[in-house]
Amino acid sequence: MKNNANLLNELTKGIWKENPIFVISLGLCPTIAVTSSMTNAIGMGLASMFVLVCSNLIISLIRNIVPNAVRIPSFIVVIATFVTILDKLVQAYMPALSASLGIFIPLIVVNCIILGRAEAFACKNSPIASIFDGIGMGLGFTIALSLIAFFRELLGDGALLGYKIPFFADAPALIMIMPPGGFIVFGLLIALKRNYDLKGKFTK
Amino acid sequence: MTGSLIGIFLTAIFIENFVLNQILGLCPFIGVSSRTESAVGMGISVTFVMVMAGVATWGVQNLVLVPYSLEYLQTVSFILIIAALVQFVEMVIKKLAPALYKALGVFLPLITTNCAVLGVALINVRRNYGLLESSFHALGGGLGFMLALVIMSGIRERLAISEVPVAMRGAPIAFITAGLLATAFMGLSGLI
Repeated sequence: MKNNANLLNELTKGIWKENPIFVISLGLCPTIAVTSSMTNAIGMGLASMFVLVCSNLIISLIRNIVPNAVRIPSFIVVIATFVTILDKLVQAYMPALSASLGIFIPLIVVNCIILGRAEAFACKNSPIASIFDGIGMGLGFTIALSLIAFFRELLGDGALLGYKIPFFADAPALIMIMPPGGFIVFGLLIALKRNYDLKGKFTK
Repeated sequence: MTGSLIGIFLTAIFIENFVLNQILGLCPFIGVSSRTESAVGMGISVTFVMVMAGVATWGVQNLVLVPYSLEYLQTVSFILIIAALVQFVEMVIKKLAPALYKALGVFLPLITTNCAVLGVALINVRRNYGLLESSFHALGGGLGFMLALVIMSGIRERLAISEVPVAMRGAPIAFITAGLLATAFMGLSGLI
């Protein structure tokens, strides 16, 4: 019973308490670069989740075999292998997504979230807990990306998931789907979350 | 030929600025931009590694991976080359210029996970750049990174002494500033 509660905790902590984007601030480049539409954001989030879960599993399985000194290089090779598999799969089955995410799919290999979780969690915990940690962190990343993309696509393109939304589609602010919009929306969202956290402290 | 090289170089600095337009290498951009001194140090080391990585990955791609049709090893081999290169640069600087090594210290190993370096290598391959074009693109990319970092650090040194609402302090205001800077850089897009 206690074991199940633990696993559930590994799963949910990534979504709010230790959200990789808003709380730990890891993996910032894809966060801003691919969030110009919700389709891209969800695609990127699920792609990262795939790599995160697979690499967490393998790293957790090999954690007792790999000598400490070559830990990081071997983790990077494991991650790069899964990124290559993912890259080929997306190119073959989802060419449109592959074209719009461009170099950001191979760049998942240098996403700090993945190496960060390998180092902080997977190399110290059992394979099953590591899988749940990967799913949780991946979900947290996907939700954060979708939230940013929600505002950017709605304001910048007047659409959500490609469907035009009346009123917003009348006069879209193009700048929101360009790079500056990404920086500004992301800055405002972390300020909002911090404001929420600060208020909680003051009322206590 | 020389015209197109200068074009690639200037485009990489101003129009397709790695940080503000392509959105690569944000972690050091936000992390190391609070003081101008460290921003210059980081900029120089990234430029150096970027040019070396641009040349080395061009060599591996065109002399090893393509002739033996091993393109699927691209991601793995590029990241290992960059990691090895950073290690090598670190050793050389430590031996030849101990003062510079001391000044850069912590920033050097961090460059391996800077996505701008791997980004430059991947873009070179995707655009089918030759050796000269690759190195000019990498040099421009590195200088553009340094330019963005130095401008940002100048603004953040002023921000540190101004009154910012509590919730906006630190990262949030830095991102909004970066957004305004990116808007300014969009104005340069008609340059070439």
